[in-house]
Formats: sequence, C-alpha cells, structure tokens
Amino acid sequence: MSMVTEAQVKNAIPTDQELIDFLVREARLIDQQRFDEWLDLYADDAFYWMPLEWNQTDPRLTCSLMYEDKLLLSIRVERLKGARTFSQKPKSRCHHVLQTPQVDSRDPAANNYVTWTPMHYIETRMDEQTLYAAWATHHLSVENGRLKIKLKRVDLINCDAAFGNIQLFM
Amino acid sequence: MTRYAGNVAAIRDLVRDQEVHRDVYVSEEVFQLEMEHMFPNSWVYVGHDSQVPNPGDYFGTTIGTQPILLVRHTDGTVKVLHNRCPHKGTRITSETCGNAGKFFRCPYHAWSFRTDGSLLAIPLKKGYENTGFEQSHAASGMAPVRHVRNYRGFVFAKINNGGLDFEEFFGESLSSFDNMIDRSPVGQLKVAGGVLRYMHNCNWKMLVENQTDTCHPMVAHESSAGTVVEVWKKAPPGTKKPMAVEIIAPFMSPYEFFENMGIRIWDNGHGHTGVHHSIHSDYSAVPGYFDKMKAAYGEERAKAILGENRHNTVYFPNIMIKGPIQLLRHFKPIAANKTLVESWTFQLVDAPDMLLERTLMYNRLINAPTSIVGHDDLEMYERAQEGLHSNGNEWVNLQRLYSPDEAGQTNVAVNGTSEWPMRHQFRAWTKFMTMGM
Repeated sequence: MSMVTEAQVKNAIPTDQELIDFLVREARLIDQQRFDEWLDLYADDAFYWMPLEWNQTDPRLTCSLMYEDKLLLSIRVERLKGARTFSQKPKSRCHHVLQTPQVDSRDPAANNYVTWTPMHYIETRMDEQTLYAAWATHHLSVENGRLKIKLKRVDLINCDAAFGNIQLFM
Repeated sequence: MTRYAGNVAAIRDLVRDQEVHRDVYVSEEVFQLEMEHMFPNSWVYVGHDSQVPNPGDYFGTTIGTQPILLVRHTDGTVKVLHNRCPHKGTRITSETCGNAGKFFRCPYHAWSFRTDGSLLAIPLKKGYENTGFEQSHAASGMAPVRHVRNYRGFVFAKINNGGLDFEEFFGESLSSFDNMIDRSPVGQLKVAGGVLRYMHNCNWKMLVENQTDTCHPMVAHESSAGTVVEVWKKAPPGTKKPMAVEIIAPFMSPYEFFENMGIRIWDNGHGHTGVHHSIHSDYSAVPGYFDKMKAAYGEERAKAILGENRHNTVYFPNIMIKGPIQLLRHFKPIAANKTLVESWTFQLVDAPDMLLERTLMYNRLINAPTSIVGHDDLEMYERAQEGLHSNGNEWVNLQRLYSPDEAGQTNVAVNGTSEWPMRHQFRAWTKFMTMGM
C-alpha cells in the first residue's frame, strides 16, 4: 500500500497547490525512508545542493556540503541498504517540519517553477537527536505530466558550523 | 587523582614498542599534559599566509587548546600572537578572521595593541602612574609566540623555548610541502574554496593514525566506495567516468595495491603513504595544465613534480596534507574525546580552475560532515573511543610488520601496510610529552 501516491499534474501548467503538495510529499517520502520513490522525483540531470557558505553562488569553485548529481544521490540511496554500512547500524531516522511552501516564481514558457520552503529537520540516531533549521529552494519542471526536481538547494542557517555526521537527506 | 603529571616514567610506560595504553586516548589527564607539554614543545601548524594577505589581516586558530592569532603586521611580516588581552584575559577578536586596521582594540576596556602585539595605548593611563605598571606582564602587550617560521607560505609556531629548531623538527619531510607548492607553475598556493568543519567525538590521535592506516579502506569504506564501484558497473558501456567516481573508487583498491604503494618514515613522527603510486595516481589529465608546468619548469622537472603521487603526508602532531590534490586537514584537539577536523583546500596559482574544482569535489566527497566516506571513518573512531573503556584489554595493538631494529631508523620506505608510522608517531609523542618535564 502506498500511502503517498504520486499525483499527476492535471495540466501542463501546475497549480500552486500542486507544487505545494509535491513538496510536502517529497519530505514525507524521506521521513518514511522511501528513498527509491524519493529519488524518482528527481530529473535525470538534477542536482541536490547544500551550500557551505552563507549566500553561496558558486557550487563549483566554492566548497559545498553537498553538490550531487543523480548518480551520487543514487549511490547514497544504495549505500543506505548495504549490509556493511556500519554508520547506519542502527539506522538514522529523520523528521521534517515544513512551513507552507511559497511559490517564488512561475515561468510556464520555460517550464520552471521556483519554491521556497522554510523548515526544521531533525535527524536521530541511537540516543542523539539533532535539530537543523534550513530553507529549501526547489526548481521544478513538468516532465510527461509529472513534476520533477531539477535543483533542490538546502541552505542551513548555520551552514558554516562544525557538524557531526549528517546522514540522511534534508 | 593524578597519575601522570610530573611522572615521566608513567608517561613512558604508556607507549611500548608494539602497543600503546588506552589512557593515551581516553584519559583527560593525559590530554591536559599533551596541551601543557606535547603541543608547546612541537612546531604546530597555524595557517597559510594567503589567509592574511594585507597588513592588519588576522586569522584566529589554536595551538592545542590555546587561542592564538595569525596576523600580518604593518611591516608585512607574519606574526603569531596569543589571542588574549594582557589585562583581563578577554579574547581580542570575535570573528575568526578579519582586518584589525593599524591596531587591535580590546572590546572590554579598549586597551589597544600594535599588530605585533606591543601595547599602544590604555585609557585613563594616569591611573597606572606610580603602580610599577611598566614592570608588569600586561605592559608588554599581547604575548607573541616567539618561535614562528613561514615555510613557503605555511606558518608554523612553537610556544616553548626548548626543543628542536624548525629544520631539525621537520627534516626531509618538508619535501611533501615542496611538491604540493611546486605543482603551481609559479610555485605559489592560495587558500581557496572555504573550510569544511567536522566535529568528531573521539581522540585527535585516532584521526592522525588513520592517515597512514591502509588496511581499513577496503573494509570500512565498502559501504561508500564499494557502492560507488557497484553502481558505476551498471553505467552503459562507453560512459565517460565522472570525476566523482575517479575520486572515490580507488578507496576500494585491494590490500596488494596498498602493500605495494609503500610508506615512508621520517623522524619525529612525520611520514607519508604512497611512495610509488597512490589513490591519486590515475586522475584524468587537466587540459592545458601540463603545458604550463612544462613552460615553467622544463619537461623533465615538470614530469618529476607531477610524478610524485604521495597519498597522505602526516606532519606530527596534528596535520595531514595531500600534495596531488592540494588539501590540508587540521586535527584540532578539544578534549580527550572530542576533535574538530578542519579541511582546507588550496588553489595552485596560475593553474587551470579544474584543479581547484577537483580539490573541492574531493574535499566534499571525502571530508564533509555530509560525506558518506567520512561517515564510515567517524563511526569507527567513535566505536573505538567507547570500546577502549572495556577492561578486557587495556592495550591497543600496533604490531603489524614490526621490526626490533626500527626505532632509530629514518627516511626508510617500507611495505605500505606497515604500522611503523603509527609506532613512530608514538615514539615522537613520548619524546615531546616528556621533553623538559
């Protein structure tokens, strides 16, 4: 049983509500550890970007915490299933609390929709529970009647702090 | 309860030829003695002078747990100062780095200091008349760290007056810095790309040891590098190998690869893996780079510089550099069971941007708190930090490929899976811990 079914976009141009529903669904798939379905929300040429620098503009010549294409994201998802993934024995769990996402820009001609989602993200493992605050910016487009993530950028408000392991996906 | 303070014999007893006592990792008292003796007796990395390019620029860091400042003085030289107001102890700077202008001003009582630390002015100076102030410690200003050496841009400092001079301390090991710097066509590096900060709940020496531990990658990193290799196998034939796969996949090389790559051991705990080849050997050529190197150095010398593929060079006590990708990791001790790891990257001045891009990708994929490779390592350190509290065995074994005549030898290249570098690090540890005690 799939509790979060993937909705089709009714028209080529998504409504604001369809964009918002999509973002809420993305967070839920991560929280429920349905990582293969989650990965399927990303376009083949997508990137997941977590800057290291406040207001960072360059992912190439400035270091990031993550700047991963779909190959690297799929490696992470495969790794989480591994029998010898010792840092996930026992496994981490996570929880997203989203503010209502805001649609920052709509460009149907370019098939590009940008949203802004302030959130709290909690990751736990064993006795440790860690809280992160972040803004997620999504660049979305419609492919074959489905919304896809082209870019997800996660700006931690303390992006330059010294962190321990951050093991799952924000 | 003190067991080790002032007790040279007890400290020496912690390190045997082939094993070390767990107290070197778990004892808070031993940690405090490291801060009082071992770090102040050693030449410790402070920073790179490109972090303070202009007069008044400063960068705050630590030697052991002592706060210090790297600062560019008005005369252009680089100074290292204790980051403490001589009045009440207030840390002078709040930001990690910035520009002080012509002088530092303490935010508490506005005492001010020239950029070499000397006292410039005190408000209400009359209040110190006839108090003998001139003879006080405070009158001499912010205390400089007396022994400072800028080696081709890399600044080291030694707090204590005793001990070895710079050349004696590092000896031939500086060749790894030379090679990293010579990879720039103009022989110059610049800190670039930002610093990754990763908090580790373990002893700092576990990280240092791990830099020459070549028997863990294929085991601990099966989860990350192993998955990369497996996922990459499914790519359609003929797909160009991505830079990320070039970087991570070699971690899964077999024991034989690491045995044959060799380890070199120098005096005072320094040494490097990758004498013949390393996990950095097979990176794709960067367009235009070799031509620039050839023009700068001549073909033969350029080939010699780029032919060095040293993997990790450990500079005792607490940094590691990777010459072939211009990266430096600083293992900053905070407590016996807590270490801040800073991973710094360098740009080769006048070389193609793609080299910096690769450096940053390596740093992100291997050394970030969000790196799956880093997760593998930290998990092992933290398990060791906990496991060492077991009374089942108080000793850590460092016996692999031990030879009874190894203690006095230096600049030797041995089997790449030897634990000789770790044994040598602990010989240095004992030496600098007990020096002058």
